[in-house]
Amino acid sequence: MIPEIGHFALILALSLAVCQGVLPLVGAHRDNAALMSVARSTSFGQFFFVAVSFGCLIWAFVNDDFSVLYVAKNSQLLLPTPYKVSAVWSAHEGSLLMWILILAIWTAAVAKFSSGIPLKLIARVIGVLGLLSVGFLLFALLTSNPFERLIPAAIDGADLNPLLQDPGLAIHPPILYIGYVGFSVAFAFAIAAMISGDLDQNWARWTRPWTVVAWLFLTIGIALGSWWAYYELGWGGWWFWDPVENASFMPWLIGTALIHSLAVTERRGLFKSWTLLLAITAFSLSLLGTFLVRSGIIVSVHAFATDPTRGFFILTFLAIVVIGALVLYAWRAPALDSTVGFSPLSRETFLLLNNVLLVIATTLVLLGTLAPLIVEMLNGGKISIGAPWFQIAFLVPMIPLVLLLGLGMHTAWRKQNPGPWMRLLRLPAIAAVIIGVVLPLMFYGRVSLMLIIGCGAAAWIVISSLIQPVRSWCRKEGATGITRSALGMCIAHLGMGVFVIGVTITSAFGIESDRAMRIGETLEVAGLQFEFRELREVQGPNYTAIEGVLEVRDGGEFIGTVRPQKRQYLVQKNWMTEAGIHPTWNKDLFVALGDQIGDGVWSVRIQYKPLIRFIWIGAFIMAMGGLVTVTDRRYRKTVK
Amino acid sequence: MNRYLLPLLAVIVMIPIMVLGLGSDPSNLPSQYIGKPAPDFNLPMLTDPSRTVSTADLKGQVSLVNIWATWCVGCRAEHGFLMDLANSDIIPIYAINWRDNRPDALKFLSQLGNPYTASGFDGDGRVGIDWGVYGAPETFLINSEGMVVYRFTGPLNRMLWEQEFIPRIAELTN
Repeated sequence: MIPEIGHFALILALSLAVCQGVLPLVGAHRDNAALMSVARSTSFGQFFFVAVSFGCLIWAFVNDDFSVLYVAKNSQLLLPTPYKVSAVWSAHEGSLLMWILILAIWTAAVAKFSSGIPLKLIARVIGVLGLLSVGFLLFALLTSNPFERLIPAAIDGADLNPLLQDPGLAIHPPILYIGYVGFSVAFAFAIAAMISGDLDQNWARWTRPWTVVAWLFLTIGIALGSWWAYYELGWGGWWFWDPVENASFMPWLIGTALIHSLAVTERRGLFKSWTLLLAITAFSLSLLGTFLVRSGIIVSVHAFATDPTRGFFILTFLAIVVIGALVLYAWRAPALDSTVGFSPLSRETFLLLNNVLLVIATTLVLLGTLAPLIVEMLNGGKISIGAPWFQIAFLVPMIPLVLLLGLGMHTAWRKQNPGPWMRLLRLPAIAAVIIGVVLPLMFYGRVSLMLIIGCGAAAWIVISSLIQPVRSWCRKEGATGITRSALGMCIAHLGMGVFVIGVTITSAFGIESDRAMRIGETLEVAGLQFEFRELREVQGPNYTAIEGVLEVRDGGEFIGTVRPQKRQYLVQKNWMTEAGIHPTWNKDLFVALGDQIGDGVWSVRIQYKPLIRFIWIGAFIMAMGGLVTVTDRRYRKTVK
Repeated sequence: MNRYLLPLLAVIVMIPIMVLGLGSDPSNLPSQYIGKPAPDFNLPMLTDPSRTVSTADLKGQVSLVNIWATWCVGCRAEHGFLMDLANSDIIPIYAINWRDNRPDALKFLSQLGNPYTASGFDGDGRVGIDWGVYGAPETFLINSEGMVVYRFTGPLNRMLWEQEFIPRIAELTN
């Protein structure tokens, strides 16, 4: 009964979405206030029914209703309850429903927190979001109904993929989706502006906080995914340039460009058509991300659905959305552009360079991801482009980007006088170069050109991000401080610096060692002694595990114990590596248990990862910078 | 030309790529190593960890490399055929026991028979990564110079063997 209620609620949500997608747009066109005001109420109603539907699916999972096909495929009696809930979004049908729910939440949030925005604009924005909801609800109801029954019911389920039985992966998809879907708001604002032909600085001010919130969730979501891959896949890497990872990274890059471009549009009324194009692209890439994951057109370890019908539906939907938006763009954007000049040395120039470099970076990732498809089309067979290509190609736009970042932050709008600018930045630049040489040499005893560039760039970003906040901190009370928006920018850039230093040091000084170890044996890696104390059996709720116990010492000093596990899950019978990690602020000691090679001899992978935490901490600081920015007073102000 | 039309044109160019990508069968996975030397490996032997199996063993004769695991249903399905093949002495079958554990693998072979000339033990799947293994079972045909000639994914049976392997082996031995 409950699953049928869920199914029916989804159909009701579709009917409301149709109203939400059609009536307000018609109303805005005809200047009919009654029709326009339908927007808010239908969006709340749609959200309600989608939430009911999602709740029903959770109910089916928590109560082990194996008469529902999707539950029987992805859950099991012994699965711990939190994982029964996260199993809801572990496969295609449920993640699609979650996508729809998050879209409904974003729409309802826009409807709720938009009292200062003119009705006509908001009606169009909510209308466009409604049309997107219609597309996804149809997708779910026609091709991927999560409530499909299985008769006769299964006695027990096939279990959740053990890879996904992990707290990190339980929360990674929702957060990533909040980011992906959040770009739909910027997209809707862009479409609304193009329909009305009206794009002023207020428009940018209203669009900006929504975009920043979407971006910050995407940042956290990607960082969580990277962290999960690090400790769960057992390889000790943190980014693999896998197609699915790239699919989430491309909207992030474009979203980052969009935030910067919106800043110019808001402050100076420039880059208007460019901002629109970025808003369309960010959301299109989010859809493409979904498309890549769903259809399995690019083979990846993450791809979990291979079904051409669904692929064709999502591709058609993608084509309608993207081509529709770009036709509108080609038609309406030319009239929106304004021609205000700016001097070559101005913040506008730096933000323009930022955008160009981020777009180049995105193009490189896109080419690397699609190259296998293109080569196959030209009958070159199947190829895969590996991480080494991405690692080198990606540095080309990234190095100038981080160097220009520090300059741009301290450059005035319109026109910057070079004299004071040089005086302000001379010292930080010299300090950055010195730190770039000294830091690796002092702590790690080696230096190379790449290390100087990496550490120097990181120091440069950190110092230049701190100048403004430190100055406003030191100033006496009552003086004009730094705005939340500027503070947020400094924090986000600081996070970028922390991230760069983490990447540089980890990749240069990380040590990996694969060895055979006898119980009782001690190995030395990176000057630390790893003693293999014992091996024991551990019983988990739905798995059994072999756990190695290794004690780590530095000379005589005890540092810690790491407990790597190999788990065998009871239903699916595959073995999972659960790495043992001893984290401290400046390094991770990572131990993964391999296989038994002989009697009491095991293959063990020991890794020393200096500053690897900085990578995720940096990403988290970036996201917090975004959060501080949206609390700026000017985003709460209503216009008359 | 109108620069505002450029993004639209770029997308229109990309769509056929997507459509064709969608139509292609993801299980059709030619190995990137076809025509190239088999990726290097040196693994402890499953039955006797003190000895090893390596790429050097593959040279000097036409051979098969079969990727298998006890947890893989398809491997169990093709096992009977591999036994027949081994008994007929047509071709040596080397194997990589992939992402498995040793006691299970040994039990499997003692119960169902061991068709393998030698099976290397790749418990953490690292050699599997080098070989670009997508899922077990997979069978690679290797020529006498140790080059990959053909890759077959999925469980083998007599019909597929006669269709896919026999002609290629005949070509190699001529």
